[in-house]
Amino acid sequence: MSQLVRKAIRSNEFYVFLVIAAVCLLIQARSGQFFTANNLVDLANAMVVPGLFAIGAFLVIVSGGIDVSFPALASLAVYAVTRLLVDSHYQGGILLPFALVIGLGAVLGAFNGLFTSRLTVPSLIITLGTANVFSGVMQGALSSVQIPKIPPAMADFGRGSLFVATNPVSGLTSSMPVSFLILLAVLAAVFFLLRYTMFGRGVFAIGGDGSAAARAGFSVRWTKFWLYVIVGVIAAVAGLIRTCGMGQMHPTNLLGMEMMVIAAVVLGGTAITGGTGSLTGVMLGTLLIVIVENSMILLGIPTFWQQFSLGLLIIVGTGISALQIARSGNGLRAALR
Amino acid sequence: MKGDAVQTTLLRPGPLRALARDTHLTRLLVMLLVLIIFFAIVKTDGFFNLLTWQSMAIQFPEFGLMALGVMLTMVTAGIDLSVVGVANMASIGAAVVMLSMAPKGADPATATGAIAVAICLALAIGATAGALNGFLVAKVRIPPILATLGSFELYTGIAILITGGKPKSGLPNLYGQVFAGKLFGLIPVPLIVFAVAAVLIWLLMTKTAFGTKIYMLGTNATAARFSGLNTTSLLVRTYMISGIYASLAGLVMLANYNSAKADYGSTYTLLAVLIVVLGGVNPNGGSGRLIGVVLAILILQILSSGLNMFPNISNFYRPLIWGGVLLAVITANHLSGRRSHRRIAKRKGLPQ
Repeated sequence: MSQLVRKAIRSNEFYVFLVIAAVCLLIQARSGQFFTANNLVDLANAMVVPGLFAIGAFLVIVSGGIDVSFPALASLAVYAVTRLLVDSHYQGGILLPFALVIGLGAVLGAFNGLFTSRLTVPSLIITLGTANVFSGVMQGALSSVQIPKIPPAMADFGRGSLFVATNPVSGLTSSMPVSFLILLAVLAAVFFLLRYTMFGRGVFAIGGDGSAAARAGFSVRWTKFWLYVIVGVIAAVAGLIRTCGMGQMHPTNLLGMEMMVIAAVVLGGTAITGGTGSLTGVMLGTLLIVIVENSMILLGIPTFWQQFSLGLLIIVGTGISALQIARSGNGLRAALR
Repeated sequence: MKGDAVQTTLLRPGPLRALARDTHLTRLLVMLLVLIIFFAIVKTDGFFNLLTWQSMAIQFPEFGLMALGVMLTMVTAGIDLSVVGVANMASIGAAVVMLSMAPKGADPATATGAIAVAICLALAIGATAGALNGFLVAKVRIPPILATLGSFELYTGIAILITGGKPKSGLPNLYGQVFAGKLFGLIPVPLIVFAVAAVLIWLLMTKTAFGTKIYMLGTNATAARFSGLNTTSLLVRTYMISGIYASLAGLVMLANYNSAKADYGSTYTLLAVLIVVLGGVNPNGGSGRLIGVVLAILILQILSSGLNMFPNISNFYRPLIWGGVLLAVITANHLSGRRSHRRIAKRKGLPQ
């Protein structure tokens, strides 16, 4: 037991958890509105889309890369599918939209994977390029506009709720969306993939040291390619959930979210140089950012501070993580770079 | 020793021979010529208009100056993604100073003084912001990509805090007259600013020890450190120069738009990276030449202005074209790099 405690105290997740607890108590003390049923459900609701994106970004960062194209990928996949369904007056269930979005997400992810697995150029530069190709296809070739009326099945899915929480004081209600289950499912699937499959171990191995992984028998190209396909699928699903939840298709709604998501992953203790990190940390990091963003209103801080505080969070978070790597013994290689 | 003699004659710089050896530069020149010929034939009237060229010369210094800074950081195997944030923060700082020192209706003398102070302040903001980037990269050891993405958010956040997200306008007329004016009624001032800045970078990279050192640092940071280079100071200075160039770009943008806002030039980050990679700078550091980057700037500006002459091509296609060109260039570089590896291996009789 004492070993478990010692291990917990040394882990990064523990400190993120402490910070979250401190922030929660601070907000509770200032506004008295934090630990209310409806605020907690609102937070869970706000977690879904960033959480899914963060899982995808986490996979890429663990493999030693960085992906800034997922918001554009998700927007393009969901826009194309929504446009198609709306134009064909689709009246069926929610399964077809999901299947189409997953298919398109996989194709676009494969486009990313094709380049990242074959070129030695940093994946940031590649995904900057593909992000612009994706948004260019959406805004140029498909001449995207806001679609105010989405197919009924998608709107129903967005409205569907598991339960409704009511704030006894203000009477405000918040409903827990069905999509929260998808976040849990994806989380479980990725956890299984990373821990119990050769593919998952390969992702960590490549992030730790690509040539060592190749010597150990992992196919670096194959792993990277399918990794980006998986990330494309997760991102596209997140995009569909956002569109369903809003009840309309805003083509540019997701663009610009990449920084916040990468910050969440790095804050959760994922090594920016690749090779280490945990899903627990990713979820805690996402939770911290979602709490900070959502609670600025509760605290009465003007929204102008949002971008500034996000930048500060990224720099402080990555800075602490970088200093830790430099200090630890096995970070010698990273330190000398 | 016979081999050495052959080597020296091969290395003797002749413009044609240099071109034949640097295949990437040749490729860029051919690309530029093809573009010029294409637009000259398809849109003869528009393309040979002096106004077209003047407006190009006003536009490209905005992102061209940013690209010069990004180039330096990429030679050190880093990258600077905060240039747009620095540019906006600097131009907003300059605008605030001008508006407070010389409000509407101030006499020319006050206006001149205000402009001088504003320009100095903008450059100082750029240098400080760049130094912070350099500190984060060199001392805290955050990977440059993350450090500068984070500081981009930070600087844009500061810009939003100062302006409340609204544009700052109503600058003294003198500023626009000087910075967006034309020398002898012909050469736009931004072009001159860019030319001087480019020459300074060229001198820095080829004629000073600093230039040689950053190439060494980019080729092999460990070797550079063990041969006694102060890598921290080198990196901080490199990012400072990048910051100063970004703030210059901000001053040009301030003159061109006659206002400052936190989200101007949002597409320039990609454009600057694209230009530098297209210009033949290796993203992994250690190589790249200024002339390639300048050619890349010209190619993209001509492509952009040329596309503007086709009204039925939507502006929204532009990211598609930029992104496509970027992917095509890195793929082509990868393929030709592999081919030259094979050729060397063949010549030396090594297994390929």
